[in-house]
Amino acid sequence: MYTVGLFVPCYIDQFYPQVAISSLQLLEKLGCKVVVPLNQTCCGQPMANSGFASLSKGCDANFIQNFGELDYIVCPSGSCTLHIKEHLHSEQFPEKATLIQQRIYELTEFLTDVLKLTTFKGSFPHRVGLHNSCHGQRGLHLSSMSELVAPVFSKPADLLKRISGLELLLPERSDECCGFGGTFCVFEESVSVKMGKDRIREHEQNQVDIITGGDMSCLMHLEGILKRKKSPVRVMHIAEILNDGYE
Amino acid sequence: MSSRHAQLAEQFNADEARTNWHDQTLWWVRQKRDRAANTLPEWEQLRQWASDIKDHTLSNLHAYLLEFEKNALANGVFVHWAKDAEEHNRIIYDILQKAGVDRIVKSKSMLTEECHLNPYLQKKGIDVVDTDLGERIVQFREEAPSHIVLPAIHLKKEDVSDTFHEHLGTEKGNNDPQYLTHAARLHLREKFIQSDIAITGVNFAIAETGGIVVCTNEGNADMGAHAARVHIACMGFEKIIPKAEHLGVFTRLLARSATGQPITTYTSHFHRPAPGKEMHIVLVDNGRSRQLGREDFRNSLKCIRCAACFNTCPVYRRSGGHSYHTAVAGPIGSILNPNLDMKANADLPFASTLCGSCSNVCPVKINIHEQLWKWRQVISAEGLTDPSKKMGMKLMAWVLARPAVYRFAGKAARWVTANLPFLVKNKTWNPWFKQREMPEAPKQSFQEWYKKQQRS
Repeated sequence: MYTVGLFVPCYIDQFYPQVAISSLQLLEKLGCKVVVPLNQTCCGQPMANSGFASLSKGCDANFIQNFGELDYIVCPSGSCTLHIKEHLHSEQFPEKATLIQQRIYELTEFLTDVLKLTTFKGSFPHRVGLHNSCHGQRGLHLSSMSELVAPVFSKPADLLKRISGLELLLPERSDECCGFGGTFCVFEESVSVKMGKDRIREHEQNQVDIITGGDMSCLMHLEGILKRKKSPVRVMHIAEILNDGYE
Repeated sequence: MSSRHAQLAEQFNADEARTNWHDQTLWWVRQKRDRAANTLPEWEQLRQWASDIKDHTLSNLHAYLLEFEKNALANGVFVHWAKDAEEHNRIIYDILQKAGVDRIVKSKSMLTEECHLNPYLQKKGIDVVDTDLGERIVQFREEAPSHIVLPAIHLKKEDVSDTFHEHLGTEKGNNDPQYLTHAARLHLREKFIQSDIAITGVNFAIAETGGIVVCTNEGNADMGAHAARVHIACMGFEKIIPKAEHLGVFTRLLARSATGQPITTYTSHFHRPAPGKEMHIVLVDNGRSRQLGREDFRNSLKCIRCAACFNTCPVYRRSGGHSYHTAVAGPIGSILNPNLDMKANADLPFASTLCGSCSNVCPVKINIHEQLWKWRQVISAEGLTDPSKKMGMKLMAWVLARPAVYRFAGKAARWVTANLPFLVKNKTWNPWFKQREMPEAPKQSFQEWYKKQQRS
C-alpha cells in the first residue's frame, strides 16, 4: 500500500474543492493511504512566473515543512507539480527539497507510472474533449508533443479511453496553449481570451459535452469564456471524471 | 497597467477576422514545418548536432572569428569589425562614399534592421531599395517587417495591391498575386541594374574557408551581388560555423524549420570578389559579446533566424510582429532584445504563457521558454516591473507563506465573491471579467470539508 501526500493547489482548495475531493477519493479507492497536510498553501508559482521567484522563499519553506517527510506526493495539477520540480529551493534543507522534487507526481502520472492503473469498472457516457495543458505535457512529458519527431503517447488520454462509454475527442490543434498562462490571463487579457476562444471553438466543432484536462487553472479560464457565452459545454477536471468512472 | 506589448496586441485583436487569418496563415506554415520535419527520421539527431556545433562555436568564438578573418582576407575580401550599430552603419557609409555611390540595393538582413541602417543611410541622402519582395512592400509602407522570414505576413493581398497602386502605378483593385509580383519584378530589375553596390545578409560564415552562405527564395541576393561592382555582406558574430562539413546540418534544418521546404531555392556561396570587383564583410558585435557573457542567456546566440518559434507561438500568431516593437519579434526576439535595451524591452519576456512550444520547434534547441522565465527574474531584480505589480506580489507572497492567514484570506475572497459580487464583477478594473465569468465561490474550501470529514 502506498502512503500518499495530497498536494492541493491553493486555487483548487479555495474555488474547486470537488477536484481535490475527487483526487482523494480516487486514490483511496485505488488502495492508497492519503495524507492531507493541513498547513499547505501554494507552490509559489504565481510569484516566480511573474519574475519574483525571490519572493517565493516563504512558500518553499512551508511546502518543505508540509511535505518533507512523505514518500509520494501527488498533485492534481501539472503546472504546480512542474513548478516544484523545477524551482523548489531551500538553503536550510537542500536535501529535503531535492527529495520532494523526486517524489512529487502529477495525478495521471502517478496513476500510470506508479499504480499502473489499467482497468476501470465504471462508466462515463459522455463526449469528452481533452485539453493538454502545456506544463504537464511539455514540462512533465505526460504525453508526446506535436513539435517533436517522436513516438505518440498520452498518459491522460490512455486513462480516459479505458472508461466505458466515454468518447474521447481531441481538438484539431491537439496541444496548443489555452492562453491562461498565470498572470498572463490578466496582463495580456485580449490575447489570453482570444487563445481560449480558439481552443473552445475546436472543441465545439467536435460537439463535446465536457472539456477536461489535468490543470484546473486552464479549465477555469475556459469555463469563464464558456459561461460568458452561455455555452452548454462544461469543464471537469480529469480527477472528477476518473473518480466518477471508477466504481 | 498594461504593457506596451499588451496594448499593441489588444489593438491587433480589435479586428478578430484579421487576427484569425493571421493565426491560421502562420499555423499553416507551422504544419508545413511539421510535415517536412517528419520526413527525416533523424530530425531530432540533426537538432542535437546543430545545437552541439553552435555551443562549441560560441565557446570558441574568438578563435573562429579570427580564423574566419584570416581566410577571408586571403581570399581578397575586405573585413571590417563593428562594435555596435553605429559603427556598422558608419563603415557602410564610408564604403559608399569611397565608391562614390548614392543608390544601393539590399537583400534581407535582420542585422541591418537591428542596426537601423535604412533610416541612417536615407538621412544621408542614399537611395536604399530592399529587394526581398516582402521587405519592399513594408518599405513602401514605411513599416517595419513583422516577421523575420515573412516580413509582410501581417498584410493581405488587398493591402499589397493598394500599396503597389500607390507606389508602382498598378491597376487599382487588381489583387491577382501573379500580376502584383510581375509588377514588383519589373520594378526591382530596374533597381538591380542601376545599383553599383549591393548589401546582403549572411546566414552562415565558415571559419575554415572564409566564405559566406546566403539563403533566399527569390534569388535577390544573387541578383544584387552579381550585378553590382561592390558587395557588402553584414553579419552578427554568431553566424560563424567552424567547417564547411557542418553546413549541411544547418541547411537541412533551416528551410524545413522556416517554411517546410527541403531547402531554400537559392543557397549561394560567396568566397571572393569576381575579377575587377570588391567584396566586403562587416562583422558586428552590437551586444553579442555582452550576451555571450550572460550564462543564462548565451545560448540564445545559437539562433539561425528560421522563425519556427514565431510560427508556433500562439501569442505571436494572435498579436502580430509589430506588437513586439523590435526588429526581431516573436519568442526569440523576447530573449534577445532585453540584452539590447532592457528597459525598453522589459515587457517582452512577459508576452508569453511559457507554453514551451518555441523550445520544441527550435532547430538549434535554444531553451527559449526557460530563458523567458529567467529574463523575468532579471527584469524584476533590476526594478523594471510596475511598482503596483511588485506590491501585489509582495502581499501575495506574505499571505501564502502563512497558512492561517492564507485560510482567512481564501475564506474572505470567497465570501466577497458570493456576497458582494459587484466588487469582483467589474469590467473596468477586473481584466478577468471583461470577457470571462468569475468562478463560483464554494461555501467551503477543500481543507474545511476535509476537517469536517475527520471529525465525523
